[in-house]
Amino acid sequence: MSKTYEKYYVPAQSPWPIVGAVALFLIAFGAGNYVNEVTRQQPGFGGYMLAAGFVVLIFMLFGWFKNVIDESMSGLYSAQMDRSFRQGMSWFIVSEVMFFMAFFGALFYGRVIALDWLSGGSNNAMTFEILWPSFEAMWPLLKTPGGIETQAMPATGLPLINTAILVISSVTLHFAHTGLEQNKRGQLKIMLLVTLLLGATFLGLQVYEYIHAYRDLGLTLASGFYGNTFFLLTGFHGMHVTLGAIILLFVFFRVLKGHFTPEKHFAFQAAAWYWHFVDVVWLCLYVFVYVI
Amino acid sequence: MSAVVTDHEHEHHDHKPAGIKRWLYTTNHKDIGTMYLVFALIMFFIGGAMAMVIRAELFQPGMQFVEPNFFNQMTTVHGLIMVFGAVMPAFTGLANWMIPMMIGAPDMALPRMNNWSFWILPFAFLILLMSLFMPGGGPSFGWTFYAPLSTTYSGDSTALFVFSVHIMGISSIMGAINVIVTIFNLRAPGMTWMKMPLFVWTWLITAFLLIMVMPVLAGVVTMVLTDKYFGTSFFDAAGGGDPVLFQHIFWFFGHPEVYIMILPAFGIVSSIVPTFARKPLFGYASMVYATSSIALLSFLVWAHHMFTTGMPVAGALFFMYCTMLIAVPTGVKVFNWVATMWRGAMTFEVPMMFALAFIVLFTIGGFSGLMLAITPADFQYHDTYFVVAHFHYVLVTGAVFSIIAAAYYWLPKWTGHMYDEKLGQWHFWCSLISVNMLFFPMHFVGLAGMPRRIPDYALQFADFNAFISIGGFLFGASQLIFVWVLVKCARGGEKATAQVWEGAEGLEWEVPSPAPYHTFETPPVIK
Repeated sequence: MSKTYEKYYVPAQSPWPIVGAVALFLIAFGAGNYVNEVTRQQPGFGGYMLAAGFVVLIFMLFGWFKNVIDESMSGLYSAQMDRSFRQGMSWFIVSEVMFFMAFFGALFYGRVIALDWLSGGSNNAMTFEILWPSFEAMWPLLKTPGGIETQAMPATGLPLINTAILVISSVTLHFAHTGLEQNKRGQLKIMLLVTLLLGATFLGLQVYEYIHAYRDLGLTLASGFYGNTFFLLTGFHGMHVTLGAIILLFVFFRVLKGHFTPEKHFAFQAAAWYWHFVDVVWLCLYVFVYVI
Repeated sequence: MSAVVTDHEHEHHDHKPAGIKRWLYTTNHKDIGTMYLVFALIMFFIGGAMAMVIRAELFQPGMQFVEPNFFNQMTTVHGLIMVFGAVMPAFTGLANWMIPMMIGAPDMALPRMNNWSFWILPFAFLILLMSLFMPGGGPSFGWTFYAPLSTTYSGDSTALFVFSVHIMGISSIMGAINVIVTIFNLRAPGMTWMKMPLFVWTWLITAFLLIMVMPVLAGVVTMVLTDKYFGTSFFDAAGGGDPVLFQHIFWFFGHPEVYIMILPAFGIVSSIVPTFARKPLFGYASMVYATSSIALLSFLVWAHHMFTTGMPVAGALFFMYCTMLIAVPTGVKVFNWVATMWRGAMTFEVPMMFALAFIVLFTIGGFSGLMLAITPADFQYHDTYFVVAHFHYVLVTGAVFSIIAAAYYWLPKWTGHMYDEKLGQWHFWCSLISVNMLFFPMHFVGLAGMPRRIPDYALQFADFNAFISIGGFLFGASQLIFVWVLVKCARGGEKATAQVWEGAEGLEWEVPSPAPYHTFETPPVIK
């Protein structure tokens, strides 16, 4: 610890947290009603509330981040503050890892235990004999015990291309970071733009893959355990890529405005961490959902 | 012990914003702590009212007051409110108030996010409570929402339940991140790891557990949502899933969750006992290691909730032994508390009384947990009132008693006034007697086979249940004394000194009472 103590910046008051809480209320209450309305084809207000919630959330994010950026640009933040942000972001990513772990855990359990037991493994011989004697355990699960059939998504072709795109985007983002650290603003801008374009391409190809799955393979959210894990894992991953891309987009705008210095660029760093994290999740996902 | 503290902090310009905006827009850890604590108290009474409905229905065999479906909603929402709305926010409130003062920090590390974490909670519980008024009623599948009860057989309010749990989880994760970052980054110079008060240590480990398991809860409620509404079959064997998978994921969250609700209690008791025994805590380092061991083991024991699902013997043995292993670090803690009091100059003010009751009664809850850990015995105890007795001993006489003890202990620091000792003693003795009338006989009816979560029961359990219900009503009424004490103390009373308690040590006792709005804007010197 240094002898001279820099004052830790504590903002006096802020309206944004309560606005954010209202936004989450609208989203949660709206979504809770909307889900019922959509699946039961009833009219209702849930969808409007949900949409309003997102509008308020976006309004809150703009306001909150504007405050934080202004404070940062006017030099209110000490090195200690910067560490708080970094540590906060790191622990947030840890929590995100655990969120994906829940779904990977379900995938492993289904493949290793549930399928085995459904076909009479462990002490479940009678379950198999009585419930679904014709069931065959296989992965991908192309025919469920209940009889729903589907086709598997191949690991080669589009998914492989997508893997390459995402890995390359992580590399380009790293080059953008070195550009920032060496104060090569041109490299920073170009590499960041390339990363964004790669991210957008990835998302576009994912959408194309989903359409292909639904239309040609009969692989849907409702086609049994394989479809469930496939769509929830890739779906949540896609949502994270989207979020990461939006964050990078705003970082890009800030770069264009001349923000960030080689020494101080927490927002860039956080966005980059997030992007690399999403990339690692994809690699695990590609191996366990597509290949093995 | 010198209680003389120069009140140099008083020169602070201490103005707080006035009116409602102070609370809505605040970034002050003390304001946010107060809001958490008041919210937890309100939720404690709402959840408690539901417990009163349950006990009224169970006063006599047969159906008396409520429909079975409503009874199920009461058990479910009582559990959810007490876990997520009362105990967890109360601990977070204590963390907000005390951690910055204990480590010499100016505030929490991320003050705005702190306020967001709090304000999400009232909205989350508003949604949960509103769902009770939906056609078909609120969630009625138990707070553990096992599939297929929560998927195939649940009502339309399930989606509201899912999303309210989602935003509660967001709140908890942000709160936990804030605690961890504050402790890692904002300790005053010289406040080394092994000088930190145990309350700070236990909360650090609790926050780590929260970050690890709350996202898993979010994952499992998401699967419930898609299973119920969007045709997935995670928990449906016909689609290749497995209802037991639900229990695995849920309890992977759920077991660390129960330590989330007890580790800060250990920290509180470890603060109170040395103060009133006027001796330093016995075995400080072993307390830190024991807390960490409990946290690590908590990830390896989840399936002891599921012994009757028919898991392979090797699995049952693994989870049985891991569970029993937890008794070792917990035993270390109980030993250390007792050893701290050994030959201490003890006095018995209200916080100490609750802490002592905690040590004895929590240990009873721990022992019944050990009984439940024995796989073959668990086949008998599973889903009986024995389980209810067990977890209410650890959660009510454990977690809730520690929170009450903490409130009495730090109230003078918060309000600047001493609470009414006589009323506090009344509160303690009424609570102690009634809580044992309420939960102790549950062991016996449970061992005799009375199932939990059923609104009716066989005639032989009638006398015991009437007795239990009387205990329940008395315990509920006793908590009104607590509110009386709190209101009285907030409004005035004998002026508290900075140190408050003769034997109290730590940074929070070196600032005046009430603690100024901003403390430690420049870090204090740690001896």
